[in-house]
Amino acid sequence: MQVRIRYFAALREAVGEAEEALDLPDGATVAQARGLLAERRPALAKLLPACAAAVNRGYAQAETPLSDGAELVFIPPLGGG
Amino acid sequence: MADETSAETSAETSEQALPAPIIHITRDPLDGEAIRALEQAVTTAGAGGIVTFAGVVRDNARGKRVRALEYDAYPEMAESEMARIAAEVAQRWPESALAMVHRIGPLAIGECSVVVVAACPHRAEAFEACRYAIDALKASVPIWKKEIYEDGQEWVEG
Repeated sequence: MQVRIRYFAALREAVGEAEEALDLPDGATVAQARGLLAERRPALAKLLPACAAAVNRGYAQAETPLSDGAELVFIPPLGGG
Repeated sequence: MADETSAETSAETSEQALPAPIIHITRDPLDGEAIRALEQAVTTAGAGGIVTFAGVVRDNARGKRVRALEYDAYPEMAESEMARIAAEVAQRWPESALAMVHRIGPLAIGECSVVVVAACPHRAEAFEACRYAIDALKASVPIWKKEIYEDGQEWVEG
């Protein structure tokens, strides 16, 4: 299956792209996607541990399973206000 | 900021329906005119207290001189989180009307980054609802801030 990853703020600057597709084994979780991404994108390895995650525009847990076509966003520490 | 002053009447609640919450992520300036428009949009005939919080770009942070800020957001999720917060506010303060607008993009010192307006029958709940909404926004809405210094820049928390 494939998920769509979108990058914002520090992650977008580190990657140099706003989004990409990530192939994952069926039933992969947020934690697995995070691990794969850290391997594939060394620039993110330092940033990802501090990030929360959102799946389909809602906060998700490490064990949240992903489905094909899901939108996955890693959310660095917030700075709104 | 207005205070409550009610016309003499036997009615306990206003006849005017409450407006739906106003929720936006915008790149447009939140200037005085924009803030006044938000205040007017949430003010009904039953609103006796209107509290506006405006967050403004400061020229220093943690001992550093800040030249400018840049905000980024995950816009779709930011607006859905803001709508969730507005629903909580409506549940806690059923007679309130709320506007929450956050600006993104580059902002200069003194410009307004966020506006929260709470209009309620009385001032106490207007202060409480406004405070609750801005605190909840800071805690959960996916918006980020980059501080730009004379000698560099950094995405910062808080």
